Amino acid sequence: MSNEKNQTSLTSALEKWSEAVDQKVSKRPERKPEFLNTSGIPVKRLYTPLNDSRQNYLEDLGFPGEYPFTRGVQPTMYRGRFWTMRQYAGFASAEESNKRYRFLLDQGQTGLSVAFDLPTQIGYDSDNEIAIGEVGKVGVAIDSLEDVETLFNGIPLEKVSTSMTINAPAAILLAMYIVVAEKQGASPKDLKGTIQNDILKEYSSRGTYIFPPKPSMRIITDIFSYCAEHVPLWNTISISGYHIREAGSTAVQEIAFTLANGIAYVDAALKAGLDVDKFGPRLSFFFNAHLDFLEEVAKYRAARKLWAHIMKERFGAKNPKSMMIRFHTQTAGCTLTAQQPKNNIVRVAYQALSAVLGGTQSLHTNSMDEALSLPSEESVQIALKTQQIIAYETGVTDTVDPLAGSYYVEALTQEIYDRADAYIKKIDEMGGAPNAIEQGYVQREIQDSAYSYQREIEKEERIVVGLNRFHIDEERPKNLLRVDPSVRTQQVERLKNLKARRNNDNVKNALAALDRGARGEDNLMPLIMEAVREYATLGEICDVLRGIFGEYQAINTLR
Amino acid sequence: MGNTKKIRVLAAKPGLDGHDRGIKVVALALMNSGMEVVYTGLRQTPTQIVESAVQEDVDVIAMSILSGAHDYLFPKVMELLKEKGVTDMLVLGGGIIPDEDIPALKEAGIAEVFGPGTTTTDIVSYIEHHANIQ
Repeated sequence: MSNEKNQTSLTSALEKWSEAVDQKVSKRPERKPEFLNTSGIPVKRLYTPLNDSRQNYLEDLGFPGEYPFTRGVQPTMYRGRFWTMRQYAGFASAEESNKRYRFLLDQGQTGLSVAFDLPTQIGYDSDNEIAIGEVGKVGVAIDSLEDVETLFNGIPLEKVSTSMTINAPAAILLAMYIVVAEKQGASPKDLKGTIQNDILKEYSSRGTYIFPPKPSMRIITDIFSYCAEHVPLWNTISISGYHIREAGSTAVQEIAFTLANGIAYVDAALKAGLDVDKFGPRLSFFFNAHLDFLEEVAKYRAARKLWAHIMKERFGAKNPKSMMIRFHTQTAGCTLTAQQPKNNIVRVAYQALSAVLGGTQSLHTNSMDEALSLPSEESVQIALKTQQIIAYETGVTDTVDPLAGSYYVEALTQEIYDRADAYIKKIDEMGGAPNAIEQGYVQREIQDSAYSYQREIEKEERIVVGLNRFHIDEERPKNLLRVDPSVRTQQVERLKNLKARRNNDNVKNALAALDRGARGEDNLMPLIMEAVREYATLGEICDVLRGIFGEYQAINTLR
Repeated sequence: MGNTKKIRVLAAKPGLDGHDRGIKVVALALMNSGMEVVYTGLRQTPTQIVESAVQEDVDVIAMSILSGAHDYLFPKVMELLKEKGVTDMLVLGGGIIPDEDIPALKEAGIAEVFGPGTTTTDIVSYIEHHANIQ
């Protein structure tokens, strides 16, 4: 039997079928004249083998655990072990957050994920005036090593893996983590975890930047190089599309802008003289699980293939581990509604399933009440149980990449790949992601998508159950979790005590050494470690660096 | 269109959170409805917001916070406006703001609070009806 003959007969059969259906449709139209997914890709009525006729199985898909990793980064995927169930948490004080972590570990969570408050994320101590109203609100307040000691009290850092959502001051929090682990008797060589450390998406989407791009990239490559030697199992960066998507991008833009940022980090590291196969395997990624189920599955698959091609062909990586996208996923916070919040449990479940069918390495499932406030313990529990049900009950974990071979999923995987690749080429022409961001290109693309999405909802072209259709009368939930406003007073008190107790001469010397190092070209990590050990505060360390590096001034893209 | 003067709005992000999707979408909607919008960018202190509002001579301040710091920052902006003798500006708040916080914010002088799910059409129409244009 010849393939060509099959194709020809399929083509003519399909034409015949389509004609017949079109006739029926002209009398009884479909729901919409055109079906578009969130990336604006037209979705056809039917996909057949003709749609992936371009596809070459070995080249485009291959086997799981093998280049180009379209089907997954491990050969056995969830047959070997499930993804890490990792709920992002942290609020108020280190004591409070420590309690929540122990609760989550008791509930069967397998990794920690630390949320920091905003003053911590942008390098201010809790006693800074700018921090009033924000201390402990969206995460835990960390001012010094002392707080990190409390945060992980009774949690053996050798045994858990910890992800920290920290970017501009990532080096400082990582240094604190290493020192606390050492004090517990652990070796840095055994520490597992991730720092987000992805400053480019802070400029474009998330907003917790401190320093301008150039010194920021230097700190990042200093971390790459320090960890390659001393903390080899640590994921030194989590290149994040999550926040790009939350800021309003489409699925295609999420992949394109994330991988373009990834390219910029690799470029910077190569320029700093690092070996691509030494730091490459420690790059990790972070994606969003949004509503369009099959688009999301295809998105993860496309991202794996595209990054593999980039690392091999563009950067000449030899180690297959450098070519793998290992990624964390979080369900899309922006899709949660304040109306009928219990519906969010269902949204999250489908989003989580798409991440699992897309081959994620770890997962955070959002809690139903997050459009209203910080999640309650009950809603966090349901969110975590959602993952456990997918893992243990649905059976989707028993074979690798089960949606492969779906005519639609394969066609969509290729389409997303092509469109993201075209964006990356455009960003290359602009001189790379840092330039594209400084010119406001990325921000404008994202804000335009966000605006269109909102317009679609308001014009009811996009239906959100409970929001613009299917209303019910309901009482808004009460007893939402609130952060005790006395957290700031306590933190300020702790800081005062600490500053009276510590050896202030040693602090001064350590900060002076950091100042000298930052003016020169030394790796900043050992200097920051020293300052942290002496209980220099996060704000003090950032002040030294702000003094030398200056602060980033964002471009206004609403002009 | 009876009004010859365009409504001027300061779209502001007080506090430290970087969630600017909401405020940008609202700002774009206000612009598209014919208003003049000045966007402050992120991390504005109450003092900076009040200064910009006075300097730009706006009719409306629209603030957005998603970090939970509204309980301190919104009233602070109102306090500073009062100190400057500004009493005719329409001041609005938006973001993740629990229902039970709204009465206190209104007490402080925030005219209306728009939570998640609000349409931009509603915001535009609210401003058109309530802005104090001379």
